[in-house]
Amino acid sequence: MFDILLLICLCLIAVSILACIYRIIKGTSMPDRVIALDTIGINLIAAIAIFSVLLHTRAFFEVILLIGILSFVGTIAFARFIERGVVIERKRDQ
Amino acid sequence: MKSNDVMLHTLTRVVTFIILAFSVYLFFAGHNNPGGGFIGGLMTASALLLMYLGFDMKSMKKALPFNYTSMIAVGLLIAIATGVSSMLFGYPFLTQFFEYYQIPILGETELTTALPFDLGVYLVVVAIALTIILTIAEDDA
Repeated sequence: MFDILLLICLCLIAVSILACIYRIIKGTSMPDRVIALDTIGINLIAAIAIFSVLLHTRAFFEVILLIGILSFVGTIAFARFIERGVVIERKRDQ
Repeated sequence: MKSNDVMLHTLTRVVTFIILAFSVYLFFAGHNNPGGGFIGGLMTASALLLMYLGFDMKSMKKALPFNYTSMIAVGLLIAIATGVSSMLFGYPFLTQFFEYYQIPILGETELTTALPFDLGVYLVVVAIALTIILTIAEDDA
């Protein structure tokens, strides 16, 4: 019974990831796509958490924190690129 | 144009230390749990990369005066030295030893020679990741 509930949650997360993929493909502007990628990362965190409950294991807990960190760094890099044109600046404020 | 990234700078300063603590945890957990030198090194590299993203190349060079290419050499030397040190006692190359010791704060701890080897891997991974990223970033855009 509990497993069926978890599987339903996984299906709903998959639907939400599909909605984000639609936004990435269609996306009217560049920031829309970046935000959609960030949301996919968060949905993946939720999916891995549900998977580790489903598989009765603690081996994936590091992966949750890892995806959070990587999606944060990636989003910041994209934001820098969109706003400034470079990802790592040589010298700040000229 | 003067930029004002107070939010980014404050967030970067806090988050970098959380990521560094996580990377050290991954590095030491590698013996019995998921983790190890490779992923710990990548996490340290991503923490330093976050600092590079939040600030600029010039002030980061002042804050972290490391030469990453020589860090690769140091990591390889540590890994080779742990392999050779077992040869000095008459065992084959890269034989690993472990022993239980009483350490004041940690209590009974298993110390292995796999840890210095992992430290070598860790240094090489951090240095190579940052060398690649900074070499690409340094060309004139």
